[in-house]
Amino acid sequence: MVAKRTLNLNTGLGRLKLKNPVMTASGTFGYGKEYSEFIDLNKLGAIVVKGISLRPMKGNPEPRICETPCGMLNAIGLQNVGLKGFIKQQLPYLRKLETKIIVNVLGNSIDEYCELAEKLDGTGINAIELNVSCPNVKKGGIVFGTDPKNFGELIKCVRRKTTLPLISKLSPNVTDIKLFARIAEDSGSDIISLINTITGMSIDIKTRKPRLANITGGLSGPAIRPVAVRMVRECYKTVRIPIIGMGGIISAEDAVEFILAGASAVAVGTGNFINPGATIDILKGIKSYMSEEGISSLKELIGAAQC
Amino acid sequence: MGKLFKASIRENGLVIKNHYLLTLHPIEKIPKPEPGNFFMLSISDGLDPLLKRPFSLHRWLDGDFQILYRVAGKGTELLSRRRTGDVLDVVGPLGKSFTVNKQNKPILVAGGLGIAPIFALAEKLKKRQPALFYGARTKKEVLCIDELKTLGVDPIVSTDDGTFGAKDNIINVLTKYLARHKSPVSNYCLYACGPKPMLVALSNLAKKFRLKGYIALEQYMACGLGTCLGCVINTTRGYKRVCKEGPVFSTDEVIW
Repeated sequence: MVAKRTLNLNTGLGRLKLKNPVMTASGTFGYGKEYSEFIDLNKLGAIVVKGISLRPMKGNPEPRICETPCGMLNAIGLQNVGLKGFIKQQLPYLRKLETKIIVNVLGNSIDEYCELAEKLDGTGINAIELNVSCPNVKKGGIVFGTDPKNFGELIKCVRRKTTLPLISKLSPNVTDIKLFARIAEDSGSDIISLINTITGMSIDIKTRKPRLANITGGLSGPAIRPVAVRMVRECYKTVRIPIIGMGGIISAEDAVEFILAGASAVAVGTGNFINPGATIDILKGIKSYMSEEGISSLKELIGAAQC
Repeated sequence: MGKLFKASIRENGLVIKNHYLLTLHPIEKIPKPEPGNFFMLSISDGLDPLLKRPFSLHRWLDGDFQILYRVAGKGTELLSRRRTGDVLDVVGPLGKSFTVNKQNKPILVAGGLGIAPIFALAEKLKKRQPALFYGARTKKEVLCIDELKTLGVDPIVSTDDGTFGAKDNIINVLTKYLARHKSPVSNYCLYACGPKPMLVALSNLAKKFRLKGYIALEQYMACGLGTCLGCVINTTRGYKRVCKEGPVFSTDEVIW
């Protein structure tokens, strides 16, 4: 019998301190409440809510999703209740939780992002994540995430409007993600999160039509994990700001892989769909891994891959 | 309402070609599902298929429950190979069940495998002697007739090829029934599940006769919990989630 040691799961994302590294990925966890029937939300390191725009968005026509090998494509189109709806209907519940609340925001213009950041400052949330990498809307989103100039300008402008920790979510749909990581750091981002989905497409060979009404969608799930791990490692070697790693995490082993690559925290996305208890299972699994490996503090693992 | 639980397979038997009846035994007590509710079932322990699959409640057997399904793709093909004793991860019961109006006489309408949830409703409403209209392609694909008769429900059947019941479309059969029936038709309430063309025709029929109608819809789902927003359909109130606001919708709210 090995004596039980105290494990320190705390992780710091700059001034955003989490009690453990397990978070949820935006767009996969609703506004939190939906999962309260299955897990104790207070046990999570942080909840990142579904992307919020200034005004409600109705989203894309259906079909919006299809399954692909070890993954899925989605083109939801950022359907959301809008800022006012979020603050009125969802935030009171979230604020009562003993976990950090991060709000993912998206706009069609720099002004819209700035207005969102300004209005969210002081609402009691703990950080803002800039959604500049959604591949499923025509305007905004990825237009900022794949153009270095727009990207830097957006972050600089939003930075001036909020005192909250600012997270930039990076798109993998670029030639060199290191460039965007560096711009995020230089422009005032406190944290980067990666990766968003990879743009993909699937065709029904009988009807010869795309499986999604939007034609293309974002690929998520274990299929994209090696790409995500590689990108986290590249960014870890490039910037000094902390990284939230995500992309196909469905088990504790997957989460540890991201932490070793350099992520200070991890987010579970598609994994929540497969198993509503995934986040808590992963948290338990990380603890077991630490015990087995004789690691007492999570910090020892961050970036510890030998390469 | 939904719960994440493990269930062992009591039976997973072939009923007719490509159609299986799966009886699951939840390892822990679960909330009683209502007709129209569905369960998300894990198909494999591996990563492909990745997502759980939604199946409507066919029958509740005092703690155990049954799913009636057709092999339509890779997921259901793999499910059909699962054997007695295998354990599946399940989430449920989920979704909105059929709203049962106590005043109106229920008319149940099933098309093809739409009999799966309609049977559950017939069982719940058996004391009220619901009329059941059931359309199928051919005699071989007409399911649950004996079980329905045991409930005291004698279905009016039609098939595309006339091998069982009238050679007609079930909506035509229902239209004729409503047209010749004496009591005010507004006393009826329709409950249906089946292929989209049938549901469209039924919705038009409900409008024409000014009947209240409820239909159970099917859609691709990722989570079944209301968070992925992948399973929406267009309604008069905007996009609505089949898993949360549905799968049962009112006939006058769906925009086809």
